[in-house]
Amino acid sequence: MKKSFSVLSLALLALGFSAFTPGNKPVKNIAVNTAGAVVPDPDNAGLKLPAGFGALKVAEGLGKTRHIVVNAQGDVYAKIMGKVAEGKGILKLHDANGDGKSDETTGMGNYGGTGITIKNGYLYASSDEEVFRYKISEKGDVIDPSKAEKIITGLKKGNQHETKSITLDNAGNIYVNIGAYSNSCQELDRKPGSMGRMPCPILDSAGGIWQFKADKLNQSYGEGVRYATGLRNVVGLDWNTQLDQLFVMMHGRDDLHNLFPDLYTEKDNAELPAETMFALKKGDNAGWPYTYYDPAQHKKMVAPEYGGDGKKEGSKEYIDPIMAFPAHMAPNGLLFYTGNQFPARYKNGAFIAFHGSWNRAPLPQEGYYVVFVPFENGKPTGKWEVFANGFSGMETGVTPRSAQHRPCGLAQGPDGSLYVSDDSKGSIYRIIYNGK
Amino acid sequence: MKKILGPIALMVLLMSFQTAPKKAAQVTKPAVKSVVTTANPAASIERGKAVYLSQCLSCHQVDGGGVPHLNAPLDGATAVVGKDKAKIISIVLKGMTDRVEIDGEFYSNNMAPHKELTDQQIADVLTYVRNSWTNKASAVTPAEVKAVRAKIK
Repeated sequence: MKKSFSVLSLALLALGFSAFTPGNKPVKNIAVNTAGAVVPDPDNAGLKLPAGFGALKVAEGLGKTRHIVVNAQGDVYAKIMGKVAEGKGILKLHDANGDGKSDETTGMGNYGGTGITIKNGYLYASSDEEVFRYKISEKGDVIDPSKAEKIITGLKKGNQHETKSITLDNAGNIYVNIGAYSNSCQELDRKPGSMGRMPCPILDSAGGIWQFKADKLNQSYGEGVRYATGLRNVVGLDWNTQLDQLFVMMHGRDDLHNLFPDLYTEKDNAELPAETMFALKKGDNAGWPYTYYDPAQHKKMVAPEYGGDGKKEGSKEYIDPIMAFPAHMAPNGLLFYTGNQFPARYKNGAFIAFHGSWNRAPLPQEGYYVVFVPFENGKPTGKWEVFANGFSGMETGVTPRSAQHRPCGLAQGPDGSLYVSDDSKGSIYRIIYNGK
Repeated sequence: MKKILGPIALMVLLMSFQTAPKKAAQVTKPAVKSVVTTANPAASIERGKAVYLSQCLSCHQVDGGGVPHLNAPLDGATAVVGKDKAKIISIVLKGMTDRVEIDGEFYSNNMAPHKELTDQQIADVLTYVRNSWTNKASAVTPAEVKAVRAKIK
């Protein structure tokens, strides 16, 4: 299989390459850049897209680019995760000649992290324990990078699910995901047979979304509100301005078979539970760690750590997801599209960046793409479609290490372009519509 | 930039295509030869593979590459192929809850203890891991596992 894929990609590459060989002149119909025109890369930056869409790489090799945001003049701000060099925690990409490619990268901030967004004249960015904000100019430039206002501090950070994603509503509040530092709140995390702690003590300070004031300094748990609980880990989240409601994508639990081999098969391990989308209201409880969502039965089930056996239905006190996706695909970015560049059916629908699975063995790994979920009358239609694929660069046999790129963050540009970050090789993609 | 990238990618691909079949052959033959410390290393590797598939693969992956940021890679990891076998035996027995740094990347997912595996199974799976993918290192014996287990208890 590997061989045939190599041959195929070789042929594809040779084709792409030969398009450029005659006198190094691009063939017609592959658009040539004139000043001020944004055109797709000849190979659409390696992505497969629906008809009429094209893609270009804005930049690459930036590091672990997690969430991204685009300011009013089209500059991209990207949050970098992990250890960062001094002044490189947030990268700003500026396109000087209007061809869509970044010509100038500048950095600021000394902390690694995932969350970044712009709202009401401020750029907000998170470390794994804090949230900062910076005043921006009308054009969207951070006025003084040294003037970071620490608005939230002292958030729980464990050895897993430690990233803090952020979004803001239109009423001056900021929402922060505080992931549960556990898979399923077992006495011994990821230990086969270990039962769940009751009640799960993690939920007092993690495993949910917290609400804080967007403009108040040094807030911590005392000043915040646990807005929604029972959410194992959320990375992709967005405030839907049309519905004025918070939407989140939850990473479902792992290891049903590995931990409870008598109750779940290896196939169950791969296909359960669903990755889920929730529309949240204040006070909601999504059920983690007591329940998980079975996409085949369309039901919440009691987790085996709490007496479940794959058949026992979970309590009605927990909310249902509004959408279920295949297990373990790792939704890391969520964006409601409000632009006018894409065809009308995309407006107010949701894009989701699936980072790609690692625990679907013995089945093939899944994800590594951006999907689109159409919405009608403020509700998902129940269908979803792969919108941008090809990030991994592999047809089959993808693993987290072998994937060339892994989609993570999403952002919308002022012209309605969709931006996607890759936190594996640090590429930033821009997807544009050039159809009729 | 793109123009330069094209030919390079082509060359890299060509090279990987040409060497791929050879590489696959190398993994099985010389790797087995280099292991001389157990009675029947080939059998140990074969048994170890079965243990790997059932106990390790879901996290450490079919290519031994682990999962960036979560599960440590085994392929090419110095600690895995190093001389300090006691350390890796101990990790299998006790599991791991530390956040570890390998080649500049942090791995932080918890690993469950596997002390229910027999000395033979642990020796087999570590011998398999030390002689798979690009790894090539001496076998681990049940006696070595037994010695470490005694110290842990």
